[in-house]
Amino acid sequence: MIEALNLSKRFQDKKRGEVRAVDDVSFTCRPGEIYGLLGANGAGKTTTLRMLATILEPTDGTARLCGHDIVEHPEKVRANCGFLSTATALYPRLTAQEMVEYFGKLNGLDSMTLKKRIDDIFERLDMNEFRDRRCDKLSTGMKQKTSIARTLVHDPPVMIFDEPTLGLDIMTARTIIEFIRECRDRGKTVIFSTHVMREVEKLCDIVGIIDGGKMLAEGTLEQLRQRHGENDLEEIFVKIVTPHHKAQEMA
Amino acid sequence: MSLRNIGIVYRKELTEALRDRRTLITTFLVPLLMIPILSAGFTGVMSAVIGNAKKEKPRVMVIGGADSPAVVEGLSKYPKIKIVPTAPDWKNQIIEKDIRAAVEIPGGFQENIGKGQAGAVKIYIYGGELKSALAAENIESYLKEYRDGIVTERLEANHLPAVLLKPFEVKQQNVAPPEKVAGAVLGGIIAYLVIFMCLNGGMHPAIDLTAGEKERGTMETILSSPVSRTHLVLGKFLLVLTASLITAALLMVSMGVSFTLLQKSHALDQMAEEGEPPPQLTLGLSAVASVFIMAVPLAVLFSAGLITISLFAKSYKEAQSYISPLMFLVVIPAVAAMLPGVDLTPKLAIVPLLNVSLLCKELVTGEYHWNYIVLIFASTCVYAGAALYLAVKMFQRESVLFRS
Repeated sequence: MIEALNLSKRFQDKKRGEVRAVDDVSFTCRPGEIYGLLGANGAGKTTTLRMLATILEPTDGTARLCGHDIVEHPEKVRANCGFLSTATALYPRLTAQEMVEYFGKLNGLDSMTLKKRIDDIFERLDMNEFRDRRCDKLSTGMKQKTSIARTLVHDPPVMIFDEPTLGLDIMTARTIIEFIRECRDRGKTVIFSTHVMREVEKLCDIVGIIDGGKMLAEGTLEQLRQRHGENDLEEIFVKIVTPHHKAQEMA
Repeated sequence: MSLRNIGIVYRKELTEALRDRRTLITTFLVPLLMIPILSAGFTGVMSAVIGNAKKEKPRVMVIGGADSPAVVEGLSKYPKIKIVPTAPDWKNQIIEKDIRAAVEIPGGFQENIGKGQAGAVKIYIYGGELKSALAAENIESYLKEYRDGIVTERLEANHLPAVLLKPFEVKQQNVAPPEKVAGAVLGGIIAYLVIFMCLNGGMHPAIDLTAGEKERGTMETILSSPVSRTHLVLGKFLLVLTASLITAALLMVSMGVSFTLLQKSHALDQMAEEGEPPPQLTLGLSAVASVFIMAVPLAVLFSAGLITISLFAKSYKEAQSYISPLMFLVVIPAVAAMLPGVDLTPKLAIVPLLNVSLLCKELVTGEYHWNYIVLIFASTCVYAGAALYLAVKMFQRESVLFRS
């Protein structure tokens, strides 16, 4: 369960002055659901997800993951979520297994549980072949699998994906999409951000459209289609975002 | 505070560091090889230069002296110089280094001496040039012999004993044990090298573990793990400290070994003056150990400082450009401490770096001023603590971690 409550983030930028990267955003994601955060580049998706993963601290508002407040108990929040983005790279000089082990240990797993968990995950993701290969010697697909194993090792109830398929080839991207779906089927709470409409259509139970740091529309795909009288998600997105853009330009 | 988490981070950083060629080179290879290469090179060149200069028979020109055949003949027979025929451009020849020196015998020199009148001999040299100075020394030593001969003759003629002119002799004798002599000679340079190595050994890991993580994109990965940022930075700090201390320790070991070998090989004998023992390089074990203990808080200060600075950088290269000026800043007090006459005072004892350098200079000679030792150790610990606190605080700041 993720509850974002008036989440806001402001930065001080030398040229532009105060920037509201995320502005008063609230939403809820429930277990067994995939929540898709849809927005253009710079819309505030990454900042929102980074705040949920407690990598950044909100300027105002807060959020709760599995009942833990992201500001008050960031360590408990991190213990309950797996965070994966294209920016979360692997340690090049560790082997795939050492990488996953490191995160297991940091999550407080004892060596018995950790060994069992790793054997299980490596078997499931078909990773045994490159288990002892250094991460800088892995192919993109192998790296993605190792990253997935890294986020799964402590079996978190919440998964956060920040543009997980960005820059990946089709086959690797499919592995990720498959994995996200599997997370939902196992009853996890899943939130993921993207600017690819097709991914949203394929995966999401609920869509939130975000632009200029503000949540402009939210609902199931069906609800959005009905509300805006369009069938194509791209058309819906443009319809929602354009007036907001114009209003911002006027201001 | 969870030691377990700090330990996990530390062990992982250690595993990575041991697989990193650059870390291995700066931590192990540089300190182990630098001193042998430096000292072998230095003494090799020095003894070659001095040895050559001493072996060479300097070419000397005699100006005038036609009416003083005894002196001229004596000079030409003197084995330590080689007299060459006089030429009018002798001044130029000295400057061109064709000859090393010229000696001018004034007219009527011998006659005047016979009459008991004072005369003056002039030696022309190339100032500041080692070989020219050696030539002048040799000329002078002959002239002294000649003068002493005249004095003895005169005393004998008047039936006076030789002690009349030399009522007593003056002699210097060293009573300090060899390691103290070595300490006085080497104290400054050892302190300098230890300080430099502490910094140099920590530099690469500090950058690699902060700016390097940002550059490789693993910073966000590790920040998403439940480990707290304080534990994370402390684990990283401990690794940088380890590298810094290993580098300094290896430097001391390699210095001890290569100096002992150098002493045994008699490579330094040529540098000594004739009849005097060669310079001593043997360092006491306690001196080495105490210098190393003083280096510990300094290494803490450096490690924390290096982490703080390189954390600001977005890439390895950027961090390097921040740290190179720091190298100069650190070297200045260390060099200042090497200057003769700069000694410990209560005020200097709280100047960071300079105090440790000055203290190391004393420690190496085996002097233990406990009040200074306590004061300097304590003040360095305070600076180190402050730097570590700053590093931990910096690691909490988003504007530093996610600077763009």
